[in-house]
Amino acid sequence: MARDRTEEISGARIVIQALKEHGVDTVFGYPGGAVLPIYDELFLDQGIKHILVRHEQAAAHAAEGYARSTGKPGVLLVTSGPGATNAVTGLTDALMDSIPIICLSGQVPTFMIGNDAFQEADTVGITRPCTKHNWLVKDTANLAEVIHQAFHVATNGRPGPVLVDIPKDVQFATAPYKTAAQAKTSHYNPRVKGDPDAIQTVVEMIEQAERPIFYSGGGVVNSGDAASQLLRDLVNGTGFPITSTLMGLGCYPASGKNWVGMLGMHGTYEANLAMHGCDLMICVGARFDDRITGRTDAFSPNSTKVHIDIDPSSINKNIHVDVPIIGDVGHVLEHMLKIWRSRGRKTRSAEVKEWWSQIEEWKAVDCLRYKPSTETIKPQYALQRLEELTKKHDRYICTEVGQHQMWAAQFLGFEEPKRWMTSGGLGTMGYGVPSSIGVQVANPRSLVINVAGEASFMMTMQEMSTAVQYNLPVKQFILNNERLGMVRQWQELLHGERYSSSYSEALPDFVKLAEAFGCKGIKCENPADLDDAIKEMLDYDGPVIFDCLVERHENCFPMIPSGKAHNEMLLGEASTQNTIDHTGAVLV
Amino acid sequence: MNALHLKKGSSQHSAYHLKPGYGDENERRVLAVIVDNEAGVLARVIGLFSGRGYNIESLTVAEVNHSRHYSRITIVTTGTPMVLEQIKSQLGRLVPVHDVHDLTTEGPHVERELALVKVVCSDDKRVEALRMCDVFRAKVVDTTLESFVFELTGAPEKIDAFVDLMKPLGLIDLARTGVAAISRGVDAPKE
Ligand SMILES: Cc1ncc(C[n+]2csc(CCOP(=O)(O)OP(=O)(O)O)c2C)c(N)n1
Ligand SMILES: [Mg+2]
Repeated sequence: MARDRTEEISGARIVIQALKEHGVDTVFGYPGGAVLPIYDELFLDQGIKHILVRHEQAAAHAAEGYARSTGKPGVLLVTSGPGATNAVTGLTDALMDSIPIICLSGQVPTFMIGNDAFQEADTVGITRPCTKHNWLVKDTANLAEVIHQAFHVATNGRPGPVLVDIPKDVQFATAPYKTAAQAKTSHYNPRVKGDPDAIQTVVEMIEQAERPIFYSGGGVVNSGDAASQLLRDLVNGTGFPITSTLMGLGCYPASGKNWVGMLGMHGTYEANLAMHGCDLMICVGARFDDRITGRTDAFSPNSTKVHIDIDPSSINKNIHVDVPIIGDVGHVLEHMLKIWRSRGRKTRSAEVKEWWSQIEEWKAVDCLRYKPSTETIKPQYALQRLEELTKKHDRYICTEVGQHQMWAAQFLGFEEPKRWMTSGGLGTMGYGVPSSIGVQVANPRSLVINVAGEASFMMTMQEMSTAVQYNLPVKQFILNNERLGMVRQWQELLHGERYSSSYSEALPDFVKLAEAFGCKGIKCENPADLDDAIKEMLDYDGPVIFDCLVERHENCFPMIPSGKAHNEMLLGEASTQNTIDHTGAVLV
Repeated sequence: MNALHLKKGSSQHSAYHLKPGYGDENERRVLAVIVDNEAGVLARVIGLFSGRGYNIESLTVAEVNHSRHYSRITIVTTGTPMVLEQIKSQLGRLVPVHDVHDLTTEGPHVERELALVKVVCSDDKRVEALRMCDVFRAKVVDTTLESFVFELTGAPEKIDAFVDLMKPLGLIDLARTGVAAISRGVDAPKE
């Protein structure tokens, strides 16, 4: 009876209405037979902007870029079968980096499922391990509720990708619309408030610590801007040093006085040695990934470890911690700061000062030093110039995966969260181009640069066509070493200089390629021309492919080889000389 | 030049840290997992175990609350304490999972398993099989002139013992349900 009073609308219409209810303004997608009813509604409605990508993997990465740069969930729409399987890399990437994206996939009609129908794939089966949760909707009456649940699950607790698989007959059939408020989401409600006793304990530890360090990660970005501010307040208040993972760059500003640089495999000497030698480690929204810890049994052997994380499964996974606090970083930091302040803002400042002088000594090693050149462009130099010429801009940086990514993390400074989009957990070459598209769509007036390697760029460069279609002035800054540089580096150091398939052979002429796409192409190979070339890129109002030919055999240092401890770091030639001259065998 | 004693070209170094984790002893645990009985929930649980390389010794599942569609999955697993903690929190992270109970550590509990045992034998062996059946309080649920099917309920060790005794008497087929378990005393998982 109640049903009679409610207007019934088609499943496809329900999809659009639900997206609008969640404030979705943009969908990245690619049409196909199994999603045509939804595309029909997108055509009729006009309220949601659809960005037609050139490959579904790119739809997922663009949605990630959108989500990462705005803090709002990203949405993608793909067809059944190949559409869904193409999205799998992007979903996995979002799962590893805890990025909230919602993938809507078409499916063959319910009565054909299981028959090996045309473009049928077991999408929920395939994506089960690469989503936080997924649903196959078999009845239009459940569709609205499932979409609301999908948004709820993607954005609550530790964020992540979700997928809703919608058979074509479910899109055509009608049912009444259910609002988000009417949807059952009650049982998935991860805890956000931390245990007050544990927080109190940590405050006492802060008061007692002699060699403390904050180690922050992507969880701070995910928790929201307030969390970054609270982290800054706590760090600046206590005067403790802070380092961050690749994913957490920008939460504490790179220009902040307590910043010791990124940690991990290609992190700074001072950050890694401080992690190794600290007596109190406060991990805020990071997960002790193997790129961070190096050899786990030698990881920071003499410290008391505190771990704040919203996901209980991150606790004690790789490293045993002494004080786990399960909760949202923002809530926990707020609570911690309040207690620390109410107890008189105490720290052992004399000892901490001594700790800082030790850190300054490590800093003096100047671990990011490289040998400059006037003949070839050093990749580090290119990034230093890029930094200098763009740091005052309203700027977002994406990257691909490889040496250029690590150099970008080392040489670019991030002052705010959500300004740095990179594939950390999965290390997906091809992430950067589509991600930059998503960022630019969300931030149309900002400067969006993808720091790329030539090999990674070629994995998803078809998206330059998308950039041209939608007037997205993304700047593709390619550090072209004509090598799969990171692979080459490993082969040089660990595989007897046997360079097996690590050349980028038969590369296209990137300037001509740019022109073919309808973008601007710029090529630069002389250090003396670099500034002007970068300015030319910045001045051009449209997408640019910048082919920056760099030194081919440069290695990325510092480096902690896998399975080594933090204090067994390799320094580059430039810094090694320095270390050996001045401090002797610092490196045990 | 390398600052580390790392020989150029030595291949022992991998992109991954190949040493196994802390070498703690393996322990056995019985977990009771309360889940929504929805499509794919068992695949999620099993996929978690296979995907992350956890062991499953046995797994049983059935809906225990028909009105709310809750199923109870009983899992017997083994692992180091660190892995077992991971298993529990990874299970807890699955969206359709309501509750994860570690019956082994939460207090005393009862474990039961049901087995159907087919024995083909004649003469003396037939008499002996029936006597064992009596001792173990098994039931004969099917018989022909040459065969029995016994039904036996008990802790897994009791079933192992019965199966061992039946082997020389002509055991030719065996079906076991895997463990169902419940805590002793007045406590019950909240729903
Ligand atoms: C999809 C994918 N395939 C393979 C790899 C392994 N891999 C990591 S870095 C790298 C080389 C990247 O080359 P390029 O993009 O030119 O960057 P460079 O290291 O030269 O700066 C490769 C092949 C990967 N990370 N992702
Ligand atoms: Mg390269």
